[in-house]
Amino acid sequence: MRFIGRRMALFLLTLWAALTLNFIIPRLMPGDAALAMWSHIHNATPAQLAALEAEFGAAGQNPVVAYFGYLGNCLTLNFGVTTDQVPVVTKIMQGLPWTIGLVGVSTVIAFALGTLLGMYGAWRRGSWTDNLLSPLLFIVTTFPIFFLGLVLLLVFGVALHWFPTNHPYSTPPTLSVASVADIGYHAFLPAVTLVLAAAGGWIYTMRNNMIATLSEDYVRMARAKGLSSWRIMVSYSARNAILPNLTGFAMQMGFILGGSILVEYIYSYQGLGYLFYQGTSSRDLPLQQALFLLYTVAVLIFVLLADFLTAWLDPRTRTA
Amino acid sequence: MAAIDTTLTRKPPSSSSHQAVARVSKAILRNRKATLGLVMFLILLFVALFPDLITSKPWNESVVPPAVIAQCQQDAVAAGKVPNCSQFPPTWPDYPLGTTQLNYDVLSQLVHATGVTLFTTLLISLLVTAISVVVGVTAAYAGGRGDLGLSFTTDVFLVIPALPLLIVLSTYLASGGIAAIVFVMTITSWAFGARQLRAQGMSIRSKEFLEAARVRGERSWYVIFAEILPNMLPLIVAAFLGTSVYVVATMAGLQFLGFGNVGDTLTWGTMIYQSQQSMALESGNIWWLLSPIIAVAFLGTSFALLNYAFDEIANPALRKSNRRRRAQPAA
Repeated sequence: MRFIGRRMALFLLTLWAALTLNFIIPRLMPGDAALAMWSHIHNATPAQLAALEAEFGAAGQNPVVAYFGYLGNCLTLNFGVTTDQVPVVTKIMQGLPWTIGLVGVSTVIAFALGTLLGMYGAWRRGSWTDNLLSPLLFIVTTFPIFFLGLVLLLVFGVALHWFPTNHPYSTPPTLSVASVADIGYHAFLPAVTLVLAAAGGWIYTMRNNMIATLSEDYVRMARAKGLSSWRIMVSYSARNAILPNLTGFAMQMGFILGGSILVEYIYSYQGLGYLFYQGTSSRDLPLQQALFLLYTVAVLIFVLLADFLTAWLDPRTRTA
Repeated sequence: MAAIDTTLTRKPPSSSSHQAVARVSKAILRNRKATLGLVMFLILLFVALFPDLITSKPWNESVVPPAVIAQCQQDAVAAGKVPNCSQFPPTWPDYPLGTTQLNYDVLSQLVHATGVTLFTTLLISLLVTAISVVVGVTAAYAGGRGDLGLSFTTDVFLVIPALPLLIVLSTYLASGGIAAIVFVMTITSWAFGARQLRAQGMSIRSKEFLEAARVRGERSWYVIFAEILPNMLPLIVAAFLGTSVYVVATMAGLQFLGFGNVGDTLTWGTMIYQSQQSMALESGNIWWLLSPIIAVAFLGTSFALLNYAFDEIANPALRKSNRRRRAQPAA
């Protein structure tokens, strides 16, 4: 219970720090953010400038009042309107399902694939998976995500015409089988890009952790007891090797979410990343701020979940 | 006092920095991955230092003779087409990778950008590693409240997604030049290394040779610089290499999206962005887009190979020992 309390406290403190950072950045930077954005709005009215100044700061404003107003707006999910006068929350809700689907599915696949290959690689060191497949995937991981995305797009989309090169769907999505297949077909290349970008890292850390746990005394003990090798591999060695990976998983979410911006841009996939790109290019600060906050909160929630999961799997951490 | 010194200050063998350097260079030469990574890096360093040996053409002037362009325009008009006389396809030996929308030589641009990209990357990685070392080692050495504060700050920076933060910051610093890029890349990237180095610092904090130094009454700076840092050298180098892999990819990714491209500073990332903007792919001018992308991947791979090998050098448990492992009844 104490462990959960401490983790929650850290979660809330970090959340507060992220919110504050989001508040400070537009005010610290050179130039008048509100005025710059106001000039991007067509047929802008003075009332809109006042609203923007309330959000992003202006000369002569009381920073304390503005800060608490901002915190209140964040807690009530009131992020203002975009430059084309649509509520930010509405825009985000349109993009959210696509990104959750794309990032969620590819992260789960990458994590499962990486953990299994890493586990097997450490168990059978020197086998062809360990000597060829894993290093290959690891090298691929170090390529920039946009490199992977562009190469896959060029080869399988532009040159071979096997897969579509943009949009999450070709007919408006419904619940029919054909529509789901269509969505999967469009998500294939972006998802493969994200899996390739992430899997190698999992293999590498899992393999290294597993090599460490394999030389532990309890594994030797299990061997001496004559337990099946499957059981030693999975419930003795891998179970302990996976623990540091869970925390890594949460940290990786930040990297994957960043990568999804590039991937969604390359494939014109209208999720949150594409929205973030558009918001930034068109200087749509309310949209950009809200999405940045959303990304941070998402990573924070994953960190919290990973902490709880680690505590559940590893009783030692509960007292630490 | 001398007698106490010899008995109490026994350090691990790696602490002599001369020996450590010799050990590392030997290990790099013995490790195939490290050798390959080093050779790849040296090739790029050579290109960066001696660009004139690769190509003598200017990178920011049209290299297509006016006569060729005039001929091209005449032909287009004769064929009843809109004249489009830029982005010439590769022609050996005039412009082996083709030309840009302003008919600049792509190869010259690539070579020129090598130096800028390489040195920016190394500068950012050095700054990031320096901050990581200072924050991580201070946190581990100070302990108590200082550690709490520094660790919390590190954790906050660690969970904030770096690329989105970079994009946000770059919107405000668009006019700041390459220094602004170095600045935002540095402040968004140091947390991971700081956390690793803190963990390592904690693990050697209670080692006997540090205890001995403290008992001898050595000053903090002496303990940190002469006792702690030499022992952490392999990890610091690994952190530097890991950071470099990340910086290469992230900077190019940021510029690819169109953020953080500054004026007349040409990096590989800026080349990729410009080729995308000029529809290089649609014009069949594929090498303008592909060559800087391949260059980015090449540099990233070279750092990654060195990093991968360095992990094996620093952590002997990871080295291959096929014979011993095969002998074990694994199946």
